[in-house]
Amino acid sequence: MENVQNIILCGVGGQGTILASKVLSAALVAGGYDVKMSEIHGMSQRGGSVTTQVRFGKKVYSPIIGKGSADILVSFEIMEAARYLDDLKENGHVVVNNFKIDTATTASGKDVYPDDIIGKLSKVATTYVVDAGKIAGDLGNKKAMNIVLLGALVKLMQLQQLDWDAALKKCVKPKFIDLNLKAFQAGLDSVG
Amino acid sequence: MKELMSGNEAIARGIWEAGVQFASGYPGTPSTEILENVSGKYPEVTSEWAPNEKTAVEAAIGASVGGARSIATMKHVGVNVAADPIFTVAYTGVTGGLAIVSADDPSCHSSQNEQDNRYYATAANLAMLEPSNSQEAKDFVRQAMEISETYNVPVMIRMTTRVCHSKSLVETDERKEVPYVPYVKQRRYNPVPAVSYGLHADVMERFKKLEELSNDCPLNTVEWNTGDVGIVTSGVSYQYAKEVFGDAASYLKIGLTNPLPMAKIKDFSSKVKTLYVIEELEPYMENQMKAAGLSCIGKEKVPRLYELNPDILRSALLGVEPKPISHEDFGTVERPPVLCAGCPHRGIYVEMLKLKNIVFSSDIGCYALGRAKDFAFCMGSGFSAAHGMAKMFKKSGSDKRVVGIMGDSTFFHSGMTSMLECVYNNSNVLLVVMDNRITAMTGHQENPGTGYNIMGEEAPLTDIAKVAEALGVKHIKTINPLHLGDCRKALQWGLGFDEPALIITKYPCALKKFSEIDKQEFGSSVKKNYVDTETCIGCRTCVRTGCPALVYDKATKKVSIDLSQCTGCDICMQVCPTHAIRKVEG
Repeated sequence: MENVQNIILCGVGGQGTILASKVLSAALVAGGYDVKMSEIHGMSQRGGSVTTQVRFGKKVYSPIIGKGSADILVSFEIMEAARYLDDLKENGHVVVNNFKIDTATTASGKDVYPDDIIGKLSKVATTYVVDAGKIAGDLGNKKAMNIVLLGALVKLMQLQQLDWDAALKKCVKPKFIDLNLKAFQAGLDSVG
Repeated sequence: MKELMSGNEAIARGIWEAGVQFASGYPGTPSTEILENVSGKYPEVTSEWAPNEKTAVEAAIGASVGGARSIATMKHVGVNVAADPIFTVAYTGVTGGLAIVSADDPSCHSSQNEQDNRYYATAANLAMLEPSNSQEAKDFVRQAMEISETYNVPVMIRMTTRVCHSKSLVETDERKEVPYVPYVKQRRYNPVPAVSYGLHADVMERFKKLEELSNDCPLNTVEWNTGDVGIVTSGVSYQYAKEVFGDAASYLKIGLTNPLPMAKIKDFSSKVKTLYVIEELEPYMENQMKAAGLSCIGKEKVPRLYELNPDILRSALLGVEPKPISHEDFGTVERPPVLCAGCPHRGIYVEMLKLKNIVFSSDIGCYALGRAKDFAFCMGSGFSAAHGMAKMFKKSGSDKRVVGIMGDSTFFHSGMTSMLECVYNNSNVLLVVMDNRITAMTGHQENPGTGYNIMGEEAPLTDIAKVAEALGVKHIKTINPLHLGDCRKALQWGLGFDEPALIITKYPCALKKFSEIDKQEFGSSVKKNYVDTETCIGCRTCVRTGCPALVYDKATKKVSIDLSQCTGCDICMQVCPTHAIRKVEG
């Protein structure tokens, strides 16, 4: 099963992780890969932590992986990167959105939102920090940060050759296509 | 070209391709998207949200007896609600093919238990199919219809969260129209004792034929690789087993899991040195295999609790442990789901939490995320459990009072009879129906109170207050839960009676797009709230309402409101002691 790649996308309900996973999966399917995608939602839609897994390769059996198996972890929120870090392989990579969303308990001052997560991540895994909120905001809509992060992921996995324009057009509402095409390109440019 | 589909999308496609005419269900994660896809994509199939799972199955039975292929969809706990007709239709048999989808939830991702509904199939003598991916989910619907009609048996299609909600590639086909069977009155559909007595014997006869089918069925297949390790498996566990063992084991993959193909299993086991049974949750196949005298390794190694995954199997059967990167010192805090910004339930909860000496008997729905909740069991228990407790508090001389809580969809599902229980047996419960004008928890399905059906067509609107009145509730008050003063007064009013009283809190879900009916009743202008930082004293009274749009800044000791989330519900404004929260101008 060495050829199967495992990607975890995580974030907070409402951030668009599922849409990003759909675009990713659509492009991979069109590119001829066997693809499985698994999502957990339900109660987690209500501002909770959400995660999706995308697996692709020549032949994929399980729709999910367990701890310590992901090649790459893309987190749409800083603290969520830490929460799902144990899904990552020892030599796996992290893409983290430099974007913080308080929890119910940190917003009320009961808990403290942890400090320096990005610093700690960088010590244990190769970490790429993307200012997706700012990049998308500069393009006119902060909500497009999910596609910025998708662009960063595509660059790191060297999947640029797939037909991303078609995948975006298939999954995104017509009036947001231009914005998302720009967000995707900005994401590609955001990592070295 | 192949299409990426979730298991639920694939079941919907399968319903269409198999010529099914009637599909009914009650929304429940992880099953909800099946009917949503049928109603949205396949108009040839008559699809309906039923008030509950029992009525869904009964309607599907009626459609089958009437000669059409039919199906009912629900989550695992829904099968408990529908169990009564299911056990009897297993006796009477079917006319048009009849299938019942049970979407089980190992690991309780969004459920109150992780029951393994495969035992329903054996208990009720249903045939059962377990798809392991989306392609099978689609194909098995047609298989289910053919088995149902050939063997005169209702078929359970048992899914799990991971099959329902994971996407994999599906090759689609065209719809095959199946002619209706003309209705003929038949004695078997009248299961009075004299008839049932004979039908039970028929069920046993049928079971023998199904066993023959199971042993000789392309859904139960052997993949032969090696005689060292043999694996008997079903459902998504097959995918996990293949992931871990690949070609280093042989597989008996069972798609028709009731009755089990025991002759085939025995033959398979005789050819392998080590026999594993890999299945999620209960030792359903393992126990039957051991009872048949086979020696196999199952639950002594493979966990009986929770969802499996490849790493769990690798660790359990091969001793290979994953090496996760530790995040213990990151200081991560929990991110529990919360009531949304602007949730209309928040208002009544703010006032409920001020009450003293009250026990809150809650129910299954969004409102279960609120803090006014001492317990909840199942759909509809909010009122009946409150009733029993209230009666015993009174009998034992306790001065505690009980408030029963449920939502509008739950009320229609099984709350009406629970309300009747309170009235008929008279307890001093205060009943609260939190009517947010939609089935919100599962993603906004219409229900009998919304004025629309699953197709978005206008439907008769059932008035909760009138139902309650007809059930015999004498004291009924309907309030807007965003007005805290009204909530406070209503609660005091309701607790003043020594018999059942009802408060209906009526305001649309904060995430709901207002329907025409909503606009007429509630208007649609929104002016958001903001915090005047000069006046804010940082007391955090507003934050304690639990609204996620409010953030307290420890450095400045002030609260701010995220305008992208704020719906202008004004609850924070009403609790602020210094009037620092105002309406945004314009």
